[in-house]
Amino acid sequence: MIETFKKNRLFAIYSAAVLVILFVAIFAPYLAPQDPFDGNMRNVLQPPSAEHLLGTDKLGRDTLSRIIAGTQVSLFMTICLVILLAIVGSLVGITSGYFGGKVEMILMRFADMMLAFPGVVLAIAIAGILGGSVVNTIIALLAVGWAKYARLVRSLVIKLRHNDFIIAAQVNGTKTVNILWRHVLPNILPMVVITGAMDIGTMMMEIAGLSFLGFGAQPPTPEWGLMLNEGRQYIQTAPWLMIYPGAAIFLVVATFNLWGDSLRDVLDPRQQ
Amino acid sequence: MNRLANRLLQMLVTLIGVSFLTFCLAYLAPGDPAAMLLESADTIVSEEVLQKTREELGLDKPFLVQYGNWAAGLLRGDMGMSYSAKKPVAEKLSEGFVGTILLAFVTVVFVLIISIPLGIWSAVHQNGWQDYLVRFFSFIGVSMPNFWLGLILLYIFGLKLGLFPIASSTVTAKGIILPAITLAIYQSTKYVRQVRTVILDELHQDYVTGARARGLSESAILFKHVLPNAVLPLITLLGMSIGWLLGGVAVIEIVFSWPGMGNMAVRAIMMRDYPLIEGFVLWIAVVYMLINFLVDMSYSYLDPKLRKGEQR
Repeated sequence: MIETFKKNRLFAIYSAAVLVILFVAIFAPYLAPQDPFDGNMRNVLQPPSAEHLLGTDKLGRDTLSRIIAGTQVSLFMTICLVILLAIVGSLVGITSGYFGGKVEMILMRFADMMLAFPGVVLAIAIAGILGGSVVNTIIALLAVGWAKYARLVRSLVIKLRHNDFIIAAQVNGTKTVNILWRHVLPNILPMVVITGAMDIGTMMMEIAGLSFLGFGAQPPTPEWGLMLNEGRQYIQTAPWLMIYPGAAIFLVVATFNLWGDSLRDVLDPRQQ
Repeated sequence: MNRLANRLLQMLVTLIGVSFLTFCLAYLAPGDPAAMLLESADTIVSEEVLQKTREELGLDKPFLVQYGNWAAGLLRGDMGMSYSAKKPVAEKLSEGFVGTILLAFVTVVFVLIISIPLGIWSAVHQNGWQDYLVRFFSFIGVSMPNFWLGLILLYIFGLKLGLFPIASSTVTAKGIILPAITLAIYQSTKYVRQVRTVILDELHQDYVTGARARGLSESAILFKHVLPNAVLPLITLLGMSIGWLLGGVAVIEIVFSWPGMGNMAVRAIMMRDYPLIEGFVLWIAVVYMLINFLVDMSYSYLDPKLRKGEQR
């Protein structure tokens, strides 16, 4: 592990940055200088000052505290979403790739259907119709995103299926479940992890986008996209409400994008 | 010809699937469109009136019958009535479509103006400072939420400098600039990388070495040999981004209050105007697949190798 970091200095730096973000997310309630939910109506729309470093919003809540609390919300949603995408995609991909036949045909037709359609539109429709909430946002993005993972895993499994060690396991009479668990899964996992890691930034932005439209987290949740949406109305009088939550999204997304790219370089040197 | 038929069949299947999915969602969703409709019209909602409205809208029928009726209507060119606007869905869609297609078109023009020169510039100076500069900005842009970029541009150029209107309720030339630039910057950050890759690929071909050996100038090689060869992949990639544009503009249309389909769709979702949502999703699906189809066709038309393959 330490060797890996020594060899890949950039990866080490980005990983440290990601750890800092994770730290902020986990300890958000302790790091926030003020209560992100509790406002003071005598203190609304205050510009940045010593007391409120990033100003206050329409209910007098401290923007910095809400951004810190938002790290937890955004990261939690994104990580849930990416893990679910990887799980659903792997299940569908392994099933269709390993077993083939009619199951494969039906599943892949379905995946093609999802891929032949602009996902954002469907995600907006799904999240909107189901009604805005944290869970529904994840469902909507899961519904439009799984196909990419399923396609990837399927193609990996098909390549793997005719390898000698799989055939040997089959001839030995290993249970199919064990073959999939012990031989297939470990071989496809690196690619799935790389794809997932590189998707974190994009997914975070899509979650924020849905919340921005009002189809994601609902008030008073301190979610960055939602904060931007609320701040938009005060663009003239309180521009800090729109600048800082967006900057938070940008910084975190950029960090995860850099980290994802360098993780790929570390795990998969062929791509370099 | 067989390939063409296959492709069309697949498009049809996708359309049926996507429309069925949206229909399912609308059917299962919480909230009663009949009640929403009456409330928005300020009618006193009694059970009797509700029942009557449901019957009028056909909401009392079983799910498959509703879907069947809707699909049958589609074949006659009738997409139903929008609950909220009390207008045919087709009419509402065509109103928004003008705005969106104009925005998409202007954006594509901007994307080309930004990405092609920058992509070539960074490819020609591979690993030079120019290359790093372009890649740096491309990275920044990829990580920046486009609605935030839109808000910032709106703040600077609309509010502070007063150069552009901060909201456009109708389609105007001045109003289109900021949303188009926002979308174009976001699209360009991706497209510029693709241009760079394509140009680099071409620059490493043997014919370039040959041309250099014959003593052709670098600019002659670039403009007479490399660019014509790069056009094909660039068209394909651009075609894909147009598809993205039609879907992805919704957020930007909201930011700039641009009267397009995305804006309309978001409002339709808030009003639970299901016929309009279904019409919108279907329409986007049709346009998206049509563009991809045309891109593929132009590809096989422009590329003699593929053209030959098809005749065989």
